[in-house]
Amino acid sequence: MAASAGLKQKKPFVGELLGREDFAIISELVEPDSKVLDLGCGEGELLQWLAENKGVEARGVEISASKVQRAIARGVSAYQGDIEEVLEDYPHGTFDYVILSQTLQETRAPLKVLREMLRVGRRAIVAFPNFGHWSVRLYLLFTGRAPKTGLFPYDWYDSPNIHFLTVHDFDQLARQERFTVERCYFLAGHHRVRLLPNLFSQVAVYLVRR
Amino acid sequence: MTVETRFAQFESLSLENGTSLSPVCVAYQTYGVLNAARSNAILILHAFSGDAHAAGISAETGKPGWWDNTIGPGKAFDTEKYFVICSNVLGGCLGTTGPSSRNPETGCPYAMGFPVVTIGDMVRLQTKLVEHLGIERLLAVAGGSMGGMQALEWAVHYPERVVAAIPIATTARHSPQQIAFNEVGRQAIMADPDWNDGNYYGGRPPGRGLAIARMVGHITYMSDESMREKFGRRLREKEKFGFDFSVDFEVESYLRYRGSQFVNRFDANSYLYITKAEDYFDLTNGTGSLAGALGKVTARFLVISFSSDWLYPSYQSQEIVRVLRRGNHDVAYCDLQSNYGHDAFLVDVAEQSEVIRGFLASTYRERA
Repeated sequence: MAASAGLKQKKPFVGELLGREDFAIISELVEPDSKVLDLGCGEGELLQWLAENKGVEARGVEISASKVQRAIARGVSAYQGDIEEVLEDYPHGTFDYVILSQTLQETRAPLKVLREMLRVGRRAIVAFPNFGHWSVRLYLLFTGRAPKTGLFPYDWYDSPNIHFLTVHDFDQLARQERFTVERCYFLAGHHRVRLLPNLFSQVAVYLVRR
Repeated sequence: MTVETRFAQFESLSLENGTSLSPVCVAYQTYGVLNAARSNAILILHAFSGDAHAAGISAETGKPGWWDNTIGPGKAFDTEKYFVICSNVLGGCLGTTGPSSRNPETGCPYAMGFPVVTIGDMVRLQTKLVEHLGIERLLAVAGGSMGGMQALEWAVHYPERVVAAIPIATTARHSPQQIAFNEVGRQAIMADPDWNDGNYYGGRPPGRGLAIARMVGHITYMSDESMREKFGRRLREKEKFGFDFSVDFEVESYLRYRGSQFVNRFDANSYLYITKAEDYFDLTNGTGSLAGALGKVTARFLVISFSSDWLYPSYQSQEIVRVLRRGNHDVAYCDLQSNYGHDAFLVDVAEQSEVIRGFLASTYRERA
């Protein structure tokens, strides 16, 4: 597993602004004036921030009609569509970064999505909730039921999450696919996790390339 | 806001069919103020039966414009920020030269002597008007239905003059179903004996044919759901069926009313010419390659469709979006939920206004 590299230690204000610590990390990873595609861009908060503060050329895809409307109303070039279909449309190397923030576990074919991200983008930034977190393990161990935690708050029958993965799972897949992990960060709430991330991190953020 | 229609006259206009028209007059209105940099002008493009009176209260008729809910102070096209222009299309009958205009060679109305014009010809005339107003580059071109076709035509043929394009509830090429409905309308007009091969000016216009054409049109502008909501099976001023062929149902009454109203404000020959222009519309110029057609656009796009629009179904907008995306053009797209069918862009405007407002604001901030 790649060691987590040092981010600037100042508290990134993006996290506070958007209420998402993974956004804070992503916002620092993206180089200024780059081309970015955000898959599952929601209401476009991250893209708006990147466009206004880093001058990126931003595109977003979102399946929810109401979220797309709000993203466009923010001035983000977002379109309504299915991530897996949209990726097929783009030629090789169209973007500097393709972002998938906490959506990988909701896709029908995660491996295909990852490969496609690294086809249309030079780099991929993937953030996902870690199913290996101790609270998930304990829930399953002690209740014998599908984990329902702060991180995975849904009942099994109405969860959008259809592919659960852990930090170790992602590392293993990256080795198998020969993805180069350039950076990775592990988060628990607003804190960074440096020890045993597969046990203690709630969210992992990876910067990978082919 | 009281508004007046103004007119601009041009010596001649060359047409796609190889001929030219001279002179050509354009009716237009403007709202708001052009800024010193001339960078805040937006051209609004009307749909089939629209006119130059898009917003405000007409000084001539006292009526609000056809998109008054969308253009004005604080509205989607905010006239406190932008300078908004709308003109009547070529071939129309509401101030711009069309078949009912006087042919200077004969001194009589052109009637069927008017050349068959295209969406491209309409747009070429608009470029003259925009030049006449001293504007080199438009911040945006926007319109629904046939207005959307004109917006696409602008973006493809005059890329250097358009910063952003907003085609709404439209298509890159008229489909067989769209052509079919237009043909029914044309045949209704031409089957009316009063049409008289188009020579009815000064006499009785083909009101029955034109009214039927409009009734068909109105059906295609609504949706099954909006008709059920609006009319149900309610009877018109009766308790039970009349067992005759007078008006029984509300929906019949509505269509007859709309048809008869239309006859008072629209010229039947214009109906023929404008529907023909729509049917000829094909952004790919017959090549079938939308990628080729859209390859050279530089404008930023906001494409909007409506879920219940079966006349210009969402897939037609999505085709445009897909091709733009493949070419890595800047495009925003949403399929708005509405029960109002094709009419939604005129009547169900809350969400549409929200996305247009945000899209224009960021375009103006970043690109103007």
